[in-house]
Amino acid sequence: MSGDKILNVDRLAMRFGGIVAVQDLSFSATRKQITALIGPNGAGKTTVFNCITGFYKPSGGAIRLTHDDGRTIALERLNDFRIAKQAKVARTFQNIRLFPGMTALENLMVAQHNALMRASGFTLLGLVGAPVYREAEKRAIDLATDWLKRVNLLDRADDAAGNFAYGDQRRLEIARAMCTEPALLCLDEPAAGLNARESAALSELLLSIRDELGTSILLIEHDMSVVMEISDHIVVMDHGVKIAEGTPREVRDDPKVIAAYLGADEEEAAAVMEGGS
Amino acid sequence: MKAKPGVPSILKTAFVNALIALVLFSLMVGIRTEAGASGQLTYWTRFGELASLVAAVFGGSIVIELLRQWIGPSGAEKLVPPAVKSGMSFIGRYVAPALLIFTLLVPVIFYNQRYILDLAILVLTYVMLGWGLNVVVGLAGLLDLGYVAFYAVGAYSYALLATNFGWSFWVCLPLAGILAAFWGVLLGFPVLRLRGDYLAIVTLAFGEIIRLVIINWQELTGGPNGVSGIPRPSFFGIPLDNSDDGLAAWLHIEYSTTHRIVFLFYLILALALLTNWATIRLRRLPIGRAWEALREDEVACRALGINTTTTKLTAFATGAMFGGFAGAFFATRQGFISPESFTFQESALVLAIVVLGGMGSQLGVALAALTMIGGFELFRSLETYRMLVFGMAMVLIMIWRPRGLIGHRAPTVYLTKAQAISSDLVKEGHG
Ligand SMILES: Nc1ncnc2c1ncn2[C@@H]1O[C@H](COP(=O)(O)OP(=O)(O)OP(=O)(O)O)[C@@H](O)[C@H]1O
Ligand SMILES: [Mg+2]
Repeated sequence: MSGDKILNVDRLAMRFGGIVAVQDLSFSATRKQITALIGPNGAGKTTVFNCITGFYKPSGGAIRLTHDDGRTIALERLNDFRIAKQAKVARTFQNIRLFPGMTALENLMVAQHNALMRASGFTLLGLVGAPVYREAEKRAIDLATDWLKRVNLLDRADDAAGNFAYGDQRRLEIARAMCTEPALLCLDEPAAGLNARESAALSELLLSIRDELGTSILLIEHDMSVVMEISDHIVVMDHGVKIAEGTPREVRDDPKVIAAYLGADEEEAAAVMEGGS
Repeated sequence: MKAKPGVPSILKTAFVNALIALVLFSLMVGIRTEAGASGQLTYWTRFGELASLVAAVFGGSIVIELLRQWIGPSGAEKLVPPAVKSGMSFIGRYVAPALLIFTLLVPVIFYNQRYILDLAILVLTYVMLGWGLNVVVGLAGLLDLGYVAFYAVGAYSYALLATNFGWSFWVCLPLAGILAAFWGVLLGFPVLRLRGDYLAIVTLAFGEIIRLVIINWQELTGGPNGVSGIPRPSFFGIPLDNSDDGLAAWLHIEYSTTHRIVFLFYLILALALLTNWATIRLRRLPIGRAWEALREDEVACRALGINTTTTKLTAFATGAMFGGFAGAFFATRQGFISPESFTFQESALVLAIVVLGGMGSQLGVALAALTMIGGFELFRSLETYRMLVFGMAMVLIMIWRPRGLIGHRAPTVYLTKAQAISSDLVKEGHG
């Protein structure tokens, strides 16, 4: 079953002292597809992301990432920056984390740090201005430009990221994550705070990432119009456990899901039932 | 923009400050104790002085709060019309080259004024130290209160290698830098997982530890007596003295002690410019961008696969190396060093230069070093009041420009046009 699966989460558990944030959670994400992780506030979605991307060390369970070439990496044993560097998992944050005092272009250049570091001979070649490094830098700028174009921010390349409007910051953060050339892209509520037009543009962007680049996406999202429209597979969490999974249609009609959202917030429940239709 | 505080809030601040002053001064000033004739404790009260001090604090607080509203913090930056702004950027573009040309000509203009030459060398030493610390504090955002430790390591490295083995300055200079960088890494390893205030405290302690080791390791360092007879630098092997094979004899000119001063001046200028060149260059390389990204958001750096520990260590080591170079220069210039030259006060002074200059700005740091060291000399005639006037000047400058003289940041790469980034977007780092 793991052949076409990029990510396998097996009986993941995460406890903070007495609080059980995630319990016995198993799911998998299919390669080159969009897998959504949804659930009411406090369900433990961000905690799952933090376990996958190495910011938390899981209290139990296994997280396996299988690359295209069949190489499998145990993410729960890698820590910190190595998950992004070696396992090629990139992420964005629920509360945007750009480098506000750096320009959009610089943000995207920092994302290519590891590749550029190698090209600059760990600074020595770069310091003497070796042509090898200049070439690499030019390619990095090209990649960044390409992404600025994709997220429609090219004309603001030289502006400080901190000056950007909220929606632009969200898109820039996605572009920055993509500049690390990830195998798996994890997005924590990318549509939060966006208006309807921006949400639609976001859906389009994510679909193009999936279809044109073949990047697998794991998505946390409350905006059901986005989730229902673009997800290939949905995992629903509540109180740290998985309560349902399936295609958007299956999940939308699942009484357990409706009950979970009703318990949490009537508006959100209504949104789930209306979403995508 | 925040609303300006009204009269009640100003009075409240002043009142709180006065209360704190009352508590502090009532013991320090209000009651005076002395040992009496037969050893018993005698004391008397000085409520008059106490009252005037508290009143001064009260009045001073009001004045400072009012000044804060009138002259700063210069949100004016956003209000200046574009024409003035472009004029300022014009000045900005030409200030640095003009300053450099003037500096190059200083020994020519002031050839016979030994005092000015000495002062210029001192200023340049602090410019170099400021630029070195700027890598750590300004770029990487790591608050280092023990920078003087690396200055000391550099100075003692040269002094001991030169006096014990007779190695020349030009051999010892790189070694001093390498040793200081090595100590930087050694300190960095356990310390860099700490953040903010904790990092500041531990680096402060490290600075003191190095000084105490130097004082107590008598056999090696001569303890409090220091190391004397440190060789003067040679002009690439040709000594700068009165002998037959000295530089003066070589060039068939009359010997003068000024030759050596001028040589030292250009030596520290070259070292400082090397520091500047390397920093500007490093900023545009991936490592430098990672330093700044680290200052902006460490968590985001980790999510992008940047090894934050090694990145911090390289910043620490680079800063330490420049400190080591400056230390070697200090030793060869003085000919004598002792632990007294490497107290916390030096660290604080260099840090003040970096903060006053505007963290991260090379020109700002140079201007701040000139203001601080030059200004301090300027007030020499005021004698006892020198510190007071100097302190007040510093307070005024920090009210006027809380982000330093030059607060904006220049981008390291651009597509169409490099635009200065306003200082209120740039983070100061959190450790
Ligand atoms: N570092 C932490 N320490 C203690 N408790 C935590 C920590 N992180 C998360 N939690 C707890 O774990 C639970 C799940 O939080 P989490 O942030 O994962 O929810 P979420 O599904 O992302 O919610 P939201 O939709 O609001 O973002 C919450 O009860 C939270 O208080
Ligand atoms: Mg969350």
